[in-house]
Parts: sequence; structure tokens; C-alpha cells
Amino acid sequence: MALADATAFPYGLRVLVVDDDPTWLKILEKMLRKCSYDVTTCGLASIALQILRERRNKFDIVISDVNMPDMDGFKLLELIGLEMDLPVIMMSIDGETSRVMKGVQHGACDYLLKPVRMKELRNIWQHVYRKKMHEVKEIEGNDSCDDLQIFRNGVEGFDERGLFMRADSDTMRKRKDMDKDHADQDSSDGATVKKARVVWSVDLHQKFVNAVNQIGFDKVGPKKILDLMNIPGLTRENVASHLQKYRLYLSRLQKQNEERIMGAARQDFSHKGPSDNLNLRSSFQEQPGNLSNGFQHSSQKIQAQINIPDPHLDDTKTSVPLKVPDKNGTSVSDAVDPQNMTSASPLSGVFSFERMPVNQDRKLSETMILECQSWSGSVPPKQFMQYPKHNHERCDLLGDYSCLPKPDLEHPIAPGHLYAPPPVISMSCSVEGDVRDFSDVKPDLLGCMKSLSPALTCTVESVSAQLSDSVVTSTNSDQKFSSVEGLSSIKDCDFDQERNQATLLTSEEASIICGTDLTCLHDELSGYQLQGVSFGNIGLSSIDLFQCNDAMALPGLHNNWYDDVEFSSETMEFPLLDGGLFA
Amino acid sequence: MEYSNLQRQAASLKKSLFDQGYLDEQFCQIEYLQDEASPNFTEEVVSLFFENSTRLMTNIEQAMEKNPRDFSRWDVNMQQLKGSCSSIGASRMKNECTSFRNICGDENAEGCMRSFQNLKREHGVLRQKLESYFQVLRQAGPAVTAARPRGM
Repeated sequence: MALADATAFPYGLRVLVVDDDPTWLKILEKMLRKCSYDVTTCGLASIALQILRERRNKFDIVISDVNMPDMDGFKLLELIGLEMDLPVIMMSIDGETSRVMKGVQHGACDYLLKPVRMKELRNIWQHVYRKKMHEVKEIEGNDSCDDLQIFRNGVEGFDERGLFMRADSDTMRKRKDMDKDHADQDSSDGATVKKARVVWSVDLHQKFVNAVNQIGFDKVGPKKILDLMNIPGLTRENVASHLQKYRLYLSRLQKQNEERIMGAARQDFSHKGPSDNLNLRSSFQEQPGNLSNGFQHSSQKIQAQINIPDPHLDDTKTSVPLKVPDKNGTSVSDAVDPQNMTSASPLSGVFSFERMPVNQDRKLSETMILECQSWSGSVPPKQFMQYPKHNHERCDLLGDYSCLPKPDLEHPIAPGHLYAPPPVISMSCSVEGDVRDFSDVKPDLLGCMKSLSPALTCTVESVSAQLSDSVVTSTNSDQKFSSVEGLSSIKDCDFDQERNQATLLTSEEASIICGTDLTCLHDELSGYQLQGVSFGNIGLSSIDLFQCNDAMALPGLHNNWYDDVEFSSETMEFPLLDGGLFA
Repeated sequence: MEYSNLQRQAASLKKSLFDQGYLDEQFCQIEYLQDEASPNFTEEVVSLFFENSTRLMTNIEQAMEKNPRDFSRWDVNMQQLKGSCSSIGASRMKNECTSFRNICGDENAEGCMRSFQNLKREHGVLRQKLESYFQVLRQAGPAVTAARPRGM
């Protein structure tokens, strides 16, 4: 099923049907099969959620009855929208306007009355397509918009999962090509009015970053970049707007680093719970307290994310001190105490993030989300983007902070999809204590890097992640991270792009720490590496990486990653990667 | 196409079910779904329905005994049963469910009891008729099943 082929019926559209009535379930299943759809049935809302969480990216649309014994259909609808952002169709015997309205309000893309006819089911694919189109439009519309939030909204909606994300690189390439064609057409129109729809793929972004670095960030200008990139069909406008975003991304990173430093400085290192592993540093120290709820939820989520049906992951998961999936949140708080985050950890990003929503600091939270996502695993960048749009407050209300994407390690996708190795989470564990001199950390990192280097030497196509000592040193080899404050000075440092490798380190470290199976990590890291690479361009990201005493530069990594994602909003496929990924 | 006597009989049974309002269009939809992949689909769905509806009715009966005047609970349970009835097009039953819910809304416990008794009866009759129908159908052979009843 390719979006590019507009005339082909979406055979194999993956539908999840949820209905407590076994008779209806059987009938609907048969009807949908007859429509040539791929059907999975489920009799309970809770099971449905579980299925969706475990097999994220494996469904295009959900059809659910409103009245179910274990959970209100509307609540399920909300949760699915929040967590997975899948189109949901509601069904009911009750066609009362108020009910239908409620369905719409909760985000249902359609409301069918029982008895449902097959012809109604045959057309459900339109909802899937419409959603994607809508997201694409949003992305386009924000082309020149500095409001990355909006952009994120658009991108987040962009659902790689369904049609695109089916581990089908052909589809994605098709789409990319299609977009590129548009771009070509548009630019050939001498478009000053119409914006070319350029897909900032990983490759393209890498070229962009290369060009920027070659010119020198300070001296950079769209024309120069355009010339250096030498991409036919790319207009100066495309580059200009991308550059604008890139700059924003960098400045955001910087800001985040500052905040993190400030936050970390104020951190209370009384980490409780399975402290041996989890030193979480809250990047957003400024928002204590109320965040904990969200925090817990998010932790939960994070854990859930980690909860990939991948044996390796499971191992990793267990080794991670952050046993989040505790429903009542206690483990979460233990593992991650927002207030007590001491060391950055992959999760810390998440936690910080979680806190953000509560604080209604959208930007931050969004960033956080990405952080979580970044390490959470193979969640395609796009997925990350989704989260920002979530109403986190709602998440809290729902008591189910399922905003975090779940990694899908089972389905590594075309390059550009970041897979945060689960170990990343465990990274949080390795180093405890205060921020030490970087030199202290360095050896560890180096060790990690070295041990991981074979794995890291990159599988990502456009990312040539290379672990090298420079990674560690890049952030300023001689600078010491003796205190959090010290980090701020790092910001001023110039970091090569190679520095990004540092980010890789973090992931590696994580894996090492976790004792994760490197092979498994490898796949995950491939995506992750991209992240690292992107960071390379930004000195700050390196700083982030090494900001914490533990090798958890993850938070930084996350930030970067997140920023990358934001930044790469233009990229359809790899939003996350865009942020200076391919230096 | 030649219809054997049995097939004619089956067709006639079905027609009367429709004429008397026991079944509606939805039943045809179910039959339409039957194919080579699921040659006994209709019968399977119907027996699933009776299994489920029996269970739901037991729930309702128990609720009416143990939770007297708990109209909202009764209503919720009845809503479920109604939804189930709609699955195979059990029209008379469905109407009785609607009636029950209305009476429930009026908080008329007596009325609800009566309505429920009607429902039980309808349920029994429908089950009997459909069982006969399928029996004849099985005997008649596969030819007739997917056909829409003449005169529908």
C-alpha cells in the first residue's frame, strides 16, 4: 500500500476490531476480510491497548464498540489517539446524536451505527489516508514557520506507522520521490509564492549539515549552502527555511543545555529507589512536584516502551534499574524521581519530559518526549513527533501516561528511523554520583565506545557513525565537568561534527552498561547512531552527553535528538534525524 | 435452478421468519458473508448469538432480582443485548429490547419485568425457528443458503 499509488485499493489495510460482543466480532471480522483487509479481533479494550502497545506500527486503523465492559469505548478512543495516534472508528447500536457527538469530541474519525454494513467498512481506508494527508499538509503549511510546535503537531500526525511505516522502505522512498518531484516542479515554477515540498531526508539533511559546516556556521547563508549541496531541484527557499529551523534547533539545544545545567545544579541527589542504576537528572529542575505524576506516568510509559517483544530488549529491560511499568507509579518514582535526578539517563529525558507536560511548558515537554523516544527504541522519528501534540494534561487525567512512544524493535525500518537501543535506558544506571570531571567519565565512555565500536560502526546508511576517542574528547576534551555549571562553558566550545559520535557513545554505553546484547543493540543503534551524528554538529549536544557524571549524556542526546526531530520536521520520513544528523 | 423440496422448505421457512418480523435485512447480510472459506458462517454466527444472548439474558434476569430498581444497570445490560440482537437481525427481539429500555427509563419495574418476559419468549421462539431452518437447510444441501428469500 503506497500513498503514491492513489488508485490502488488499500488491500491489506491493517485493522484492529474491538468489540465485547463475540457475534459482532465474528461478523465484522468476516466483513473486513471480505474487503481484503488484514483483521485482528479483540474482545476487550484492555487487551486491545496491550496489542496496540506491543505491536505498534502494525495497525492502520482501529474500530471499536462504544459500550464495553472493561473500559469505556471513549476512553479507549482517547488513549489510542494519544498513544498511537491511529484513526479510530467508533461503533454503537445507539445512534443518539449526543453519543455520536461524544465520539467525535473524543477524536473518533467516524461513528458507525450497528448493524454495520459491509459497504461502510469498505470505505474505512479513507480515514487512514485522510489522516496522513492532513499531516502532510500541516507540515507543508509550516514550512516557514518558526513555530516548531505547530510543526511538530503536523509531523507527529504524520503517521509512519500505517501505510508508510510498514517497514516498507519502498513505500517511503516512493513517497520521498514523490515529494521530491513536487519540489522539482514547484521550484521550476520559479516558486516564490508556492513553497516546494521538500522532504528533508536523512541524506539531504546530511548534505545540508555538511555544507553548513564547510562554510562555517557563522558565515552560512542559504545561497552558499544551496550551492555546496548541489541538489537539483532544491531551491534557495527550501534551504533558507531549513536553515532557519536548524538555527532554532541549535538555539533550543543551547537553551536546554543551560536549563539542564541549571537544573542539575539544583538537583538533589537523593535518588531513591533502585538507585544503583538510575540516576536521573532532571533537565527541568524548575518544575518539580506536580510533575511527578506525569513523571510516573511517563516512566510507566517508558518502561512500556522498553517493553518490546524483543528478547534482547527484555533482557535489557530487566537490567535497567528503571522498572517503570509499575502501574501505581511507585516503581516509577523509585526509578525516576523527577526531583532527584542526579545523573542524566536516557530516561531522564523522558522524565524531564514528563514533567514538562505538567508544567505546560509545551516546548520543553515536547523536547522531552523526543528524548524519551529517542532512547526508547525503534520508534520512528515521526512517532516522536506525535507526542508533542498530546495534551499531556490529558494524559495525566487519563491516568495513563501513554504518551511515550514505544519502541518497535521488531521492525527496524529504513534508515532514518531511530532506534534507541534499550540499553540506553540502562545507561542511567551506570554512573552515579555527582557530575564528575569529564575526565573521569571519559575513560568509561571510551571504554564503552571501544567495546561498542564494532557494533557502532554503523549500519545506518547515511550515517557513518564512527566511534572514536574523539567522541569523548570532542566535547571539549580538556574541559572538566566538575560541576554542572562547568558545563555551560562547554557550550561555547566548538565541536566538530565528529562529536556526534559522542551521542553514539551514550547509547553504546547504555548498552554496555546494560549488558545488552550488542548485536541486538546494533540494529537499534543504527538508528541511534543517526542521532549521534546529528548531534555532531552541535557542540552543545556533546555537552549534553557528558553533562552528567554518568555516561548518560543521553539527556543531552535526547535533547538533541529531539531537536533534531523538531528540526527535521520537514522530513517526512525521518523527522528525528534531521536535526543535524548527518554531519 | 431446481430446488429440491427441502430447499423449497428451507426457503419458505426463511421467508416466514422475515414476513413475521423475526428477522430483518441484517440476516441477509450474514448469509451474504458465507462463502467457501466459511461455508457454515451463518449457522455459526447464529449459534454464537444464542450463546451470547442467553448469557446476557441471564445477567439481566439476575440483575433484576439482585438489584431491584437498579434501572441504569438494567439499561446497560439491555443495551448490550440489543446490540447483540442487531448482529443477526433478530428484529422482534431488538424491538422488545428497545421497549424494555424505554420502560426502564420510566423507572417502571413492573413494566420491565413484563417486557423481559416477552423478551424471553421471543428469544425462545426465534431460537426454535432458526434451529428448524438450519436443520432443513443442512438436509437440503448447500445450494440454497445464500439466496435472498423470494419476495423479500
